[in-house]
Amino acid sequence: MIVLQDVCKTYEMGDEVVRALDHANMHIRQGEFVGIIGPSGSGKSTLMNIIGCLDLATSGTYLLDGQPIEDYSENELAKVRNKKIGFIFQNFNLITKLTAEENVELPLIYQRIPMRERQERVEAALNRVGLWKRRHHKPTELSGGQQQRVAIARALVTRPSLFLADEPTGNLDSHTSEEIMDIFHELHEQSNTIVLITHDNDVAEQAARRIRIRDGHVSEVIDP
Amino acid sequence: MIWQSAKMALKSVMGSKVRSFLTMLGIIIGVFALVVLVSLVDGATGYVTDTISSLGSSYVTVSVSDDKGRSLHLADLDGIMEEGIGLAAPMAQTSATGKSGRESDSVILYGTTPVYQTVNGITVAYGTFLRQTDVDNHNYVCVINQTMAEDLMGGVDCLGQAVTLNGLKFTVIGILSDDDESLTSLFTAGLMSAYIPYTTAQRVGSSISSTIDTFYLSPMDGSTVDETKEHITDYLMERFDRDEDAFDLSDLSLIEDAMSEVTGMLETLLGGIAAISLIVGGIGIMNIMLVSVTERTREIGIRKAIGASRWVIMLQFLIEALVLSLVGCMLGLLLSAAALIVISQFADNVNFTVSPGVAWVAIIFSLAIGLLFGLYPANKAAKKPPIEALRYGE
Repeated sequence: MIVLQDVCKTYEMGDEVVRALDHANMHIRQGEFVGIIGPSGSGKSTLMNIIGCLDLATSGTYLLDGQPIEDYSENELAKVRNKKIGFIFQNFNLITKLTAEENVELPLIYQRIPMRERQERVEAALNRVGLWKRRHHKPTELSGGQQQRVAIARALVTRPSLFLADEPTGNLDSHTSEEIMDIFHELHEQSNTIVLITHDNDVAEQAARRIRIRDGHVSEVIDP
Repeated sequence: MIWQSAKMALKSVMGSKVRSFLTMLGIIIGVFALVVLVSLVDGATGYVTDTISSLGSSYVTVSVSDDKGRSLHLADLDGIMEEGIGLAAPMAQTSATGKSGRESDSVILYGTTPVYQTVNGITVAYGTFLRQTDVDNHNYVCVINQTMAEDLMGGVDCLGQAVTLNGLKFTVIGILSDDDESLTSLFTAGLMSAYIPYTTAQRVGSSISSTIDTFYLSPMDGSTVDETKEHITDYLMERFDRDEDAFDLSDLSLIEDAMSEVTGMLETLLGGIAAISLIVGGIGIMNIMLVSVTERTREIGIRKAIGASRWVIMLQFLIEALVLSLVGCMLGLLLSAAALIVISQFADNVNFTVSPGVAWVAIIFSLAIGLLFGLYPANKAAKKPPIEALRYGE
């Protein structure tokens, strides 16, 4: 459950103050599949950073699972990201030196989960995206679609309350994109909450609900 | 978590072997220089002090300088021994002309008593050393060294033969062995010398009086040279009515002390120079770690995004620096051990090994350097804001 109330984010660029988010209000319920759509420079990334607890709002309230994410220290934010948010990025953001298995294991290590349980959960997660056989491969030895599936496995291995995907199909061809979107639909069917940020209308339309962001303003998209 | 960080650090170090090795090279050379130099000095010191102590640092030389008519006699030495202070052997030295058959040469004469053999640790090859009866009866007997036996007496089978010293006829009752390493024999190497009873010596050399000017004192079993010095000082202070100028004590530990002071300074000096190269090695590690932090900005961003705390990132880079410095240290130690083995092959008598003390110093120093020079890059990595780190390189 995600609640944004009057969230503002401003940056100071020299003398100029840039308002990346202007009194944004948003309510996403548990189990929803929401697409956030907006052109580049619309404040999309800022919104994702705040929802993803990578950054704090300048003003306003952000509730994640009823918990206000304000005045959190860097380490507390790291903990929230670790336990509650599963990130899926446009460029996959896997650690190139680690194998698929190790990449998926990493968030569990940060949670200090014992080894045996880690192994079980990593196996389950990689099986889920159909890459258990390729667990010993490094990201460079995998195709883009496979890398993104590893990234999804890394996100779901922690059983997060929110999957936060930032242009997850942006670097993939249409066929692979479909495969990735299928995984999101599956996750949605299993009542996971998914927020998908994109500039692509076709991708956003696959979400059950769409939110548009433009010049820092957030509004609901109502299908005609 | 520390274990996991260590595993990640090891993986990253092993991931770029050549770079890691080059980074370690500074530490390897630093440790090598430190350990080899200090071990060499250590080995040489050990050799020199061993040599000195084998010369007999275990006895005290007592010289009576100004007795004001309260001179010491043989009976006093017996008294000292009865008191349990130590074994006391008088020493009177003069030179004499020795004659045997047609041969004639200058001989150093030592007048002493039987305990001298124990005190100075000399060994007799043939016959016996002086006996108490020889001293008691002012016997004209002598114990000669190998040089004298060979050069003056015509061989070592001269036991029982007569030799004339300053016109007085002496019987040879013993021949000292050649491998004698006492201080006296070191100083008189190549010279002819003969030991005669102290009582007899007074009659041979005009310069020798019946009083004792010099005697050697070796500690009783179980007591040290220092304790013996204390006891003899107490005893003689009483004997000479608290006149501390009347006598003087000396022993080889003075030389040993001076020696160890010099080598200690040498060790510190060389160690210090080597330590500087270790610090240079540490700066090399910091340099590479800083490059590595920048190169891996994105990795840091990813790790932070999926939940690594500052502390975890810091730990990872710190452990990486420590791994580099410690592995470098170990390689340096191995290299030093190998080098010392090789050096020992070329050095006679002296066996050089890595002294455990300096090995520990090297390990602790390398740890400290890894920590010190790893801290800054690690902190730099930990402080990176995740958003910027994630965007790095885009």
